Amino acid sequence: MKSAQVTMDTGAHAAALAVKSARVDVVPGYPITPQTSIMEAIAAMVENDELHARFIPVEGEHSSMAAAVSASAAGARVFTATSANGLLYMHEVLHMASGGRLPVVMCNVNRGIFAPWTLWADHQDSMAQRDTGWIQYHCSSNQEVFNTILQAYRVAEQINIPVMVNFDGFAISHCLMPLTLPPQEDIDRFLPPYEPEWRLDPNHPSSFSNVTNAAEYAPFRQMLSEDILAAIPLVKQAAQEYKDITGMWDGDTIDTYRLEDAEVVAIAINSMAAELRLSIDILREQGIKAGLLRPRLFLPFPAEDIISALPQNAQVMVLDRNYNFGHPGGILASELKSMLFGRRNDITVKNRVMGIGGIDLTRRFMAAEIRAMMDE
Amino acid sequence: MTTSIKKLPDTEQVLSGNGACGGCPATMALRIVGKALGSNAIMLLTPSCSVASMGMTPKLAYNWPCINITFATAGSSASGITHALEIMKEKGRLQGELPTVFSWVGDGGTYDIGFQALSAAAERNDNMIFFCYNNEAYSNTGVQRSGATPRGSFTTTTPTGKRQPKKNMALLMLEHNIPYVATATVAYPGDLYDKVVKAKNIPGMKYIEILAPCYLGWQFDMPETVQMSRMAVRNGAWLLWEAENGKIDFNNPSSQIISGKKKAEPVNEYVMKQGRFNRLLKGSDAEQRIAEIQGDIDHQIAFMRERAKITI
Ligand SMILES: Cc1ncc(C[n+]2csc(CCOP(=O)(O)OP(=O)(O)O)c2C)c(N)n1
Ligand code: SF4
Ligand SMILES: [Mg+2]
Repeated sequence: MKSAQVTMDTGAHAAALAVKSARVDVVPGYPITPQTSIMEAIAAMVENDELHARFIPVEGEHSSMAAAVSASAAGARVFTATSANGLLYMHEVLHMASGGRLPVVMCNVNRGIFAPWTLWADHQDSMAQRDTGWIQYHCSSNQEVFNTILQAYRVAEQINIPVMVNFDGFAISHCLMPLTLPPQEDIDRFLPPYEPEWRLDPNHPSSFSNVTNAAEYAPFRQMLSEDILAAIPLVKQAAQEYKDITGMWDGDTIDTYRLEDAEVVAIAINSMAAELRLSIDILREQGIKAGLLRPRLFLPFPAEDIISALPQNAQVMVLDRNYNFGHPGGILASELKSMLFGRRNDITVKNRVMGIGGIDLTRRFMAAEIRAMMDE
Repeated sequence: MTTSIKKLPDTEQVLSGNGACGGCPATMALRIVGKALGSNAIMLLTPSCSVASMGMTPKLAYNWPCINITFATAGSSASGITHALEIMKEKGRLQGELPTVFSWVGDGGTYDIGFQALSAAAERNDNMIFFCYNNEAYSNTGVQRSGATPRGSFTTTTPTGKRQPKKNMALLMLEHNIPYVATATVAYPGDLYDKVVKAKNIPGMKYIEILAPCYLGWQFDMPETVQMSRMAVRNGAWLLWEAENGKIDFNNPSSQIISGKKKAEPVNEYVMKQGRFNRLLKGSDAEQRIAEIQGDIDHQIAFMRERAKITI
């Protein structure tokens, strides 16, 4: 048996290595900071015959997602990646992937959106795609990016719903961290070849995305809504089986830290949640019983898992890296509150927006923010 | 020699009972295209009359797998399919002759919103046939102007007649250095058939544009589709040509107009027969507006005659 290989690598390159391990067939791509390094790495892998796939250098992200959707409809396993305005530019076609029930997997390297211009991370880009019918993961380490892409293909292909794997620009995409690469035969065992139930096939002429009347359209949409919720057990199963095969675990729908006896629970996603662990240690040293709950899955929102994980009478502090325009605070907090309503009246929820446009979120800063929120 | 209409194969890829208007030029053209392509093909459409008329789910009047994709992306979407098929064949997951991937797109989806994705697919020389059926307007949404609408034409968004000439889209495609470009129209089915057969056997990007006189947008009598198509060729408003590897050849009867053997017929009758133009006659500037239409045609004939001389 071959053993795992341990290296130091960036999150962007970890993503490209996961795409290679997943034996992806078609990768349309277009550059945008901070995602660009993923596409560059994949283009090089294809060119050097390290990855037997087609890289399509399209002229924009709208086309990138269109080529991904169509290649998927033709029966290929596909991947693409983007950030910020690239993701927004794809918006129309994102619906095509989910409505068309195509298991496209995409990385979104989170970045604040235009205008004004910024290059650095926040989560407005992926949050703005909340209603496109995509499953959304948020990763907090380079290793988790690698692991999650493989799990994403498993889930997407089981349920025919596209999956977006989010991670922060620079903090994850460009920073070196240790990366364990499981042997390819283990990955092949975890992720079997893609065998579509349906594809564009001249032996079976049929239409894809043709006009429907309401009596057909409505059940399609209803099914999508129900199936997205049905992804939760599959996400858990994928995480568990990945652990059984590779020994690696990033949590399933959620990831927790010092939560069991916590009185103050910080909730955040993506890279800031990794730093928050250190803030929790600081707060504990100060005598505050703090804990962390990180939704690894943002969509479908893992309501039941959060409800059962939150300790009795917890004071929940949601740290959002995005705005919920038209409401005070952020989107994560409003998702959480709507889910808790009528279910856990013992919980109080407070919320702050921070880290917009890449403002550095240090353990000390976040620990201090949480203390201040406690006094509010 | 152009294939005679009597010699076209009996096979039909366009099935009866579809939802197009009587005399629909797009459907007529697709029928000929189907005879040339056969059944081993994948069809890609964007929102248009051809989608609206292909039958509501789960019915389908075109005997191919058909994907209706976002309006702006016929080019890139066809690239996705063609690359997927090729790599799946390389990896041993598909056997036999790969299907022809073709886009079937209106002038709106070609000249306007889909131009960027088409241009990029052409520049990559991805393997597909891109058909534009050009009815010179957005018919499906109720006849609005497009980049293919000729000067003088009334549409719902050019209520006093369009003020700008149309683009020369086929020539723009030729300037992408793709291996094959052709123009055709429904009055010359053998010519269209031969061009599709030729395109099918050339690897890389092929662009075929078919003038499709639409009675609804052009406002003529439904049974006159083919007559309108023939008039457009005879007066030079539509030139039949093809270019293999960049060298333009005109096809009969456009070749005779270009060489001067035959004079292009004056545009007057064509204009009089079409409501989209003949409304101009009511205006005080009628003479000038009709002269502009004739002027645009004369200019294109002269320009294409010179352009075809560039063979390097
Ligand atoms: C992004 C987007 N914008 C607008 C539309 C509305 N729309 C549907 S069909 C159409 C016109 C199509 O025109 P054309 O491509 O010339 O085909 P035709 O209807 O003439 O056959 C428009 C504007 C759309 N479907 N998608
Ligand atoms: S409006 Fe014109 S192009 Fe559309 S279906 Fe009718 S005849 Fe055909
Ligand atoms: Mg049109």
